[in-house]
Amino acid sequence: MIDVIVPWGETRLVQGNEAVALGAVAAGIEFYAGYPITPSTEIAEILARYMPLMGGRWIQMEDEIASISALIGARLAGSKSMTATSGPGFSLMQEGIGYACMAEVPLVVVDVMRAGPSTGLPTQAAQGDVMQARWGTHGDHPVIALAPASVRECFDLTIRAFNLSEQFRTPVILLPDEVIGHMRERVTFPAESEVTVTPKPVPDVPIEWYEHYHPTPSSVSPMASYGTGYRFHVTGLTHDVHGFPTTKEAEVVAKMERLKNKITRRLDDLEDVRMHGMEDCRVAVFAYGSVYRSALAAREALRKKRKSLGVFRPVTLWPFPDRTVKEMLDSMDVVIVPELNQGQLVHEVERMTSDSVRVIPLHRVDGYEITPEEIVEAVLEVM
Amino acid sequence: MAAPIPYEYKYLRSKKRFPHVWCPGCGIGIVMGSIVRAVDALGWEKDDIVMVSGIGCTSRMPVYVDFNTLHTTHGRALAFGTGVKMANPRLHVMAVMGDGDALAIGGNHIIHAARRNIDITAVIVNNNNYGMTGGQFSPTTPMGARTATTPYGMIEPGFDICELMSAAGASFVARGTVYHVMELDGMLQKAFDGKGFRVVEVMAPCPTNFGRANRLGGPVKMMTHLRESTITPAQAKKMKPEELEGRTLRGIFVDRETVSYLDRYDELCRRAVEPEGAAE
Repeated sequence: MIDVIVPWGETRLVQGNEAVALGAVAAGIEFYAGYPITPSTEIAEILARYMPLMGGRWIQMEDEIASISALIGARLAGSKSMTATSGPGFSLMQEGIGYACMAEVPLVVVDVMRAGPSTGLPTQAAQGDVMQARWGTHGDHPVIALAPASVRECFDLTIRAFNLSEQFRTPVILLPDEVIGHMRERVTFPAESEVTVTPKPVPDVPIEWYEHYHPTPSSVSPMASYGTGYRFHVTGLTHDVHGFPTTKEAEVVAKMERLKNKITRRLDDLEDVRMHGMEDCRVAVFAYGSVYRSALAAREALRKKRKSLGVFRPVTLWPFPDRTVKEMLDSMDVVIVPELNQGQLVHEVERMTSDSVRVIPLHRVDGYEITPEEIVEAVLEVM
Repeated sequence: MAAPIPYEYKYLRSKKRFPHVWCPGCGIGIVMGSIVRAVDALGWEKDDIVMVSGIGCTSRMPVYVDFNTLHTTHGRALAFGTGVKMANPRLHVMAVMGDGDALAIGGNHIIHAARRNIDITAVIVNNNNYGMTGGQFSPTTPMGARTATTPYGMIEPGFDICELMSAAGASFVARGTVYHVMELDGMLQKAFDGKGFRVVEVMAPCPTNFGRANRLGGPVKMMTHLRESTITPAQAKKMKPEELEGRTLRGIFVDRETVSYLDRYDELCRRAVEPEGAAE
C-alpha cells in the first residue's frame, strides 16, 4: 500500500507540503495529530487521506498543545509520530516540545514558517521562527532543526528528520518557509532502495535490567514502548535513569549533561552545509531556505559580470555549524546574510567571525521573498 | 509472625518510591487504593495498563503504581492519553487528574475527549482547590469559600463535573467519595470495564489547604462531612426539597451504550480501503 502512495523513482510535479507528507509516509509515519493552520494545512489534509490506507492513525485535535501531547503519547506507545503547524501553533507546541526533549521522545514537528509575530501575515513567507526553534521552550534543551530549500528536499529532509529523531531520541524540527511549503516543482523521487529509514530502536536487555534512560557512550539508549513488558515511568520532572523524579545533584547534573552531550558529541553526524564558489571569493552570502535559491541565482547573475560570489548554506540550522562557519567565513572580507526576518541567524554568523569580517544583514519582513536582484545589489555595493 | 502482605502491594512500586508526597488526611491515597482494587478485580495485566496524569497532587499518583506510567504537563493528561490509546488500542488507558488539572487548564481537552468518546477512563479527584501550589481556588471551589486567592470569598460559580461530562457526551459518568470506599471500588470497576470516554469524579478532602482556609475541622471532620452531605439518587427521591439543600448526589448518572471513537476510526479505515464506488 505504501508503494502506491510514494511515487518511487517517478518524476512528478509536487508541492513542498505534499513532499513533506510523502516523506513522512516514506519514513514510516504511524501517527499524526494536528490542528489546522495556514500555510501547513496540505500536510494534514494529505495524511488524513493516506494514513487510514496504511493502517496508520490520524487525528485532528482541539488545539496545538493537544496535538503535540498526543504525539508524545503515541510515540511512547510505539508509533512514529509527526505534526505540522506554523508560527502561532508552533508557539503553543513549545510546552510539548520541551517535554519531549526532557523525556527524550522522538518526534517530528514541521513548522511551515509564516510572517509574525502573533497572527502576522498568515499566508506569506518568513523565516521568523529560527530562534523560536532553538529557544522557544523554557530551560536548556537539545535541538535539531533542518531547513529545506526545494520540494525534493522537503521529501528527503522529512525522512532525515524522522531518522535523526530516532537516533537521538529527541524532537526534530523541520523549518520550511512558506515559499518552500507552497512551491511546486518537478521532482524525481529516489528509488525506494536509495532511501534509508532508521527503525525504532528496541531494547535488547532483560526486562528487569531495563533503564529507560540508560547512560551510554553515545548518550542515547534504545527506548521501549508501553505494552511491551518494559514497564517504565515518564515525567517532565528532572529524573534518574529509571525515569523517576529526582532532585539529587549528581542525578540532575548527569541528566542535563547527557541531554547536551547527545547533540554536542555528534556534531559531525548532524552538520549539513552546502557551499558554492567559496574558494575564490572575498564576498560570500550566508543563506538558507528559499533565500538560498535567490542567493544561487544572484551568484549566477554576478558570474556573468565576471564577479565571484560565494554561497554558504546551512541545511541543518541547529545545532549551528560553528566550526565550518568559522573555517569558511572568517577569511572573507564581507559576509551578507539575507533573511526573511529582522536578523536571527546573522547573530550566529557574527558570533563565529572576527571583527575583520564585515557581516551585513539583509532583511525582508513584508511577507515576500528576497529576490536575486536584491542580493546582487547588496553585493555590488561592497565590491 | 510476619504480617501478611496485602495483595494491593503487587500493584505498587515498592523500591524507593515510598513514602508518598500526600499530606496526612489527604484523600488521594484512598483513590489509588480503590483504583488498584478495581484493576485487580478486573484481572488486568500490569503491562496492559497505562496510567496518565497531568500536574498536581493527584497527578503524582503514577509514580507509585507499577503500570506503564506517564506524568505529563499541566492539563494535558487526556491529550497524551489519546495518543497512547490510538497508537496501541490494546492498552487500557486511565487518566488521573485533580479538579484544577482536569477542568481549568485541561478544560478544553476534557470536553473534547468526551465529545470524541475516546476510550479512556478519567478519574478526577475533586478536592475543591489547587493543593500542590498552596490552596488557590479551582473551577470547583464553592461560592463564598476562602482559598489562598479568594481572601474575600469565591465569587465564581463552580462546574458540576458530572453534568458537564454528561452533556459533553461521555459514555459513563459517576460521582463517589473517598469516604464511601466500597462504593468507589465498584464504580471504578464499572468505569474501567467499558468502551468510550468514562468519568468518575471522586470527592476528597484537602485538610491542609481547603480545610484549614475554611475552618472545616481537620481530616476526620471532613470525612464525616462527606458521609453526611452526600446522598444517593434513591435517598434523594425520598427527601423533601428543603432536606436536599446543601447535599451532593453520589452514584452512576450515565452508563450508555455508545460507539466509541476507536470503533468509529476502525470503521473509517475499513471504508477507506474499499474500492471506489463500493460504498453505494
